[in-house]
Amino acid sequence: MSKRLSSGLRAWVVQRFSAIYMAVFLLYIVISYMMRESTGFESWTAWVSNPINNVAVGLFFFALLLHAWVGCRDIVMDYVKPFSLRMLKLVALATILLAMGLWVLLVLLKAVNY
Amino acid sequence: MDNNKIRPKHLNLFKIHMPVTAMVSIAHRAAGILLVILIPVVIYLLQRSLQSAQAYDAVMQLLTQPLAKILLVIAVWGGSHHFFAGMRFLLIDIDIGILKSSARRSAWLVHLLALVSALWLAAVLL
Repeated sequence: MSKRLSSGLRAWVVQRFSAIYMAVFLLYIVISYMMRESTGFESWTAWVSNPINNVAVGLFFFALLLHAWVGCRDIVMDYVKPFSLRMLKLVALATILLAMGLWVLLVLLKAVNY
Repeated sequence: MDNNKIRPKHLNLFKIHMPVTAMVSIAHRAAGILLVILIPVVIYLLQRSLQSAQAYDAVMQLLTQPLAKILLVIAVWGGSHHFFAGMRFLLIDIDIGILKSSARRSAWLVHLLALVSALWLAAVLL
């Protein structure tokens, strides 16, 4: 299999697995929300600082940013043809998504300490 | 040979009639862009809501503003459309609903479910 073909297949697989994880996570969120015993700041921080929830939320954002990367990459490759411009947009996109990943990582790490 | 150069390209969106399946595909992409734009907003609200009890209350207060409610309904419309259209694509991947008739039916269903989700939220919020 050529490198080009395998990278396309990898993107396809990433898109589907991240989608399935996010769908399961959303189901978990809906169930957690319906089964909540109390509302307000304390129960919200308690929920987020629970290690399972904290990791699940972190994995959700990881899946979300990967999913966004594949989707936006496809859009850039569909509409931006000149090579240098395409690379510029892809690098900018990757930088923005990475920055958002680091940002949410810091938010979640801080939340563990509640 | 010269005639080849003036052949019409039937990509003019005002001249061609797009099937509902194509509309789902395009809307899936458009909704995806909307959702990517919303990621930093969601991270910001998550961060604020965890900072302090006051900040949490401020976020909750913000979400009750009329403009925030309208944006939430639009976000849920886009989000649910992207979700249901994505589910449809996953099912098509495993050969469920690949006949033209069933693909068209499921495409209409995606539009319908997304609209129902948004209207349901609008009814709850407003």
